Amino acid sequence: MKKLVYFYLLLMVVSLLVVACKDDSDEIKDPGLVAGKGKFLLQFDNVVGKQDLVLDNKTYTNSLGESLTISRFNYFVSNIKLLREDGQSYTIPQDSSYFRIVESDPKSQILSLNNLPDGNYSGIEYIIGVDSLRSVSGIEKRGGALDPSGEMSGDGMYWAWNSGYIFLKLEGASPQSSASNGKFYYHIGLFGGFNQKTVNNIKTVKIDFGGSRAIVKGDSIPSVKLYADVEKVYNGPNPISFDKNPSIMADPVLSVGVANNYKSMFSFGELKQNSQAK
Amino acid sequence: MKSIKKILEQKRLIRPVLVLLIGVTWIGVMLGACKPEENNQEPEPSGSTPLAWKKPANFPDPVYNLTKNPLTEEGVALGKFLFYDGILSSNQIIGCGTCHQQQSAFTHHGHELSHGVNDQLGRRNSPSIQNVAWNPAFFWDGGVFDMDFVPFNPIENPVEMGETVNHVLEKLRNTPDKSAKVQVDYPKMFKAAFGTPEITTERMMKALSQFMTTMVSAESRYDKFALGDVTALSTEEKEGLKLFRQNCGSCHEGELFTNFSFRNNGLAPLKADDQGRYEVTKSEADKYKFKVPSLRNISFTAPYMHDGRYKTLGEVMEHYTDKVINSETLDPLLRAGGKPGLNLSETEKESIIAFLRTLSDDNFIKNKSFSDPGIGNAL
Repeated sequence: MKKLVYFYLLLMVVSLLVVACKDDSDEIKDPGLVAGKGKFLLQFDNVVGKQDLVLDNKTYTNSLGESLTISRFNYFVSNIKLLREDGQSYTIPQDSSYFRIVESDPKSQILSLNNLPDGNYSGIEYIIGVDSLRSVSGIEKRGGALDPSGEMSGDGMYWAWNSGYIFLKLEGASPQSSASNGKFYYHIGLFGGFNQKTVNNIKTVKIDFGGSRAIVKGDSIPSVKLYADVEKVYNGPNPISFDKNPSIMADPVLSVGVANNYKSMFSFGELKQNSQAK
Repeated sequence: MKSIKKILEQKRLIRPVLVLLIGVTWIGVMLGACKPEENNQEPEPSGSTPLAWKKPANFPDPVYNLTKNPLTEEGVALGKFLFYDGILSSNQIIGCGTCHQQQSAFTHHGHELSHGVNDQLGRRNSPSIQNVAWNPAFFWDGGVFDMDFVPFNPIENPVEMGETVNHVLEKLRNTPDKSAKVQVDYPKMFKAAFGTPEITTERMMKALSQFMTTMVSAESRYDKFALGDVTALSTEEKEGLKLFRQNCGSCHEGELFTNFSFRNNGLAPLKADDQGRYEVTKSEADKYKFKVPSLRNISFTAPYMHDGRYKTLGEVMEHYTDKVINSETLDPLLRAGGKPGLNLSETEKESIIAFLRTLSDDNFIKNKSFSDPGIGNAL
């Protein structure tokens, strides 16, 4: 009898050791690294060529010789993954990885990435836009930057009539625009369709920090600036004419052209270490 | 003496059983401890009263996920106020109930196209809001696929409610509004429904979905027949049902009278050249296709088709026999014979119409629980 009791006690202790809960959520998110306490600041600086973007009050020229002013330039950055020099990577937990960069809102241009594992980071990978899964998920998954309540004719980035997000929004005016109001509107979205295949304009970007290393360790907080060159949107491999196409939205050919233009609009700017250290 | 011995024997038996039991329980606890947090998206209990919702016996399971938005009396009541309140529009007049009126099974009776803010005309006929918990696709072109995302569309359409959801939320937060026709304290209603007075996009949409989920029509004479009452339909209506299943049932399928597919039913394009589903998918094969509507309560929902071009069911039947226009994307089922369209005699068409009238559900259009709580504007 006593033997049986001891046997059970032993079994209980062993089971406690064996079955002890392990948190496998991070393993699912990323096979490489798990969350830590590090911090990383990511700044998006919107430029036109080499100059800082000025809304409304500055006239630019496209490669077709048409002049333009820009009134709105917004885009989504999501699903951020930090790449470490040793080849490992850390994917920011998805729920904290959607950002709407709005040119008229400077606060939206600085992203604070928290709870990172320590390491020397050499690059970054992210999506311009919103991944297809999140584009179809329930409304409880659409808070923060994804809140669909924004004004469509304003800085809102949600399409109500064709449910999904606008990945990039560029608006402005051009004397060459053939629109009756002289403006142009480029709203590029489309995630591939819910139950029927449509155009997929989701683009993944990979930026190398130009050989430098962003060191995340304790109080050491790196700050990386990336440039987003608006010129690339209209002067890319598929130049946009404000005369010919003052509005590009859901068009299956033209929207792809613009997305292929802007997928290379990002470049590495500069890296500062400890810029926000306490 | 004997009995004591027996007890002792039993005791000796009990002990190992007890130890075994503890062991099993322990293992159970250990296993339970590692269960992943299931349903971590489930809303927190709000102190509101759960509302029992049962699907009609002859219906399939609903598509809308009720576990993510469990119905409560307070949630449905809030949804009803939001549904009828003109606060959702830029001029404070146009509510959902303006173009979706109960007496016409939540369509806009007599309106081929509805007029929104500043009397602007929409471009498609207002569809019925009934049994929407079974809809896998919304609007004539299926541009929205989740009920919680439906209200953004009419609210933000400049010719419908001409508002932004953001601004609606702000207006709701600032109620009761002394200048309003009826004083409604929305923060209080949101608190009753969701536990705190916070007014968010998610809560607003979920309340509207809760109310719309309750808008079930399943008490027509046809339903009585479907549930076994053979006397519920007349001989002509039964004949009509048979003809209907043969000729119309491939699209207006099942108990919901639609399979929610997108079809070109041979309507000649009008001046607006509405290309329907194509606008969403941009696939050539989808040109001029529109969602197959349910035919429940069809007696109340005139005019018919996505542009409201037909005023009577007679005209609709005439379309299918004589007016179907051939085109690249015309539904193959409508060109099975020599000429496009269905082959039906006048008597057969009349029987089908007689059957269609049995899909009328008086309780649905009169049920007070779906009615305007005194806040709406029917224009």
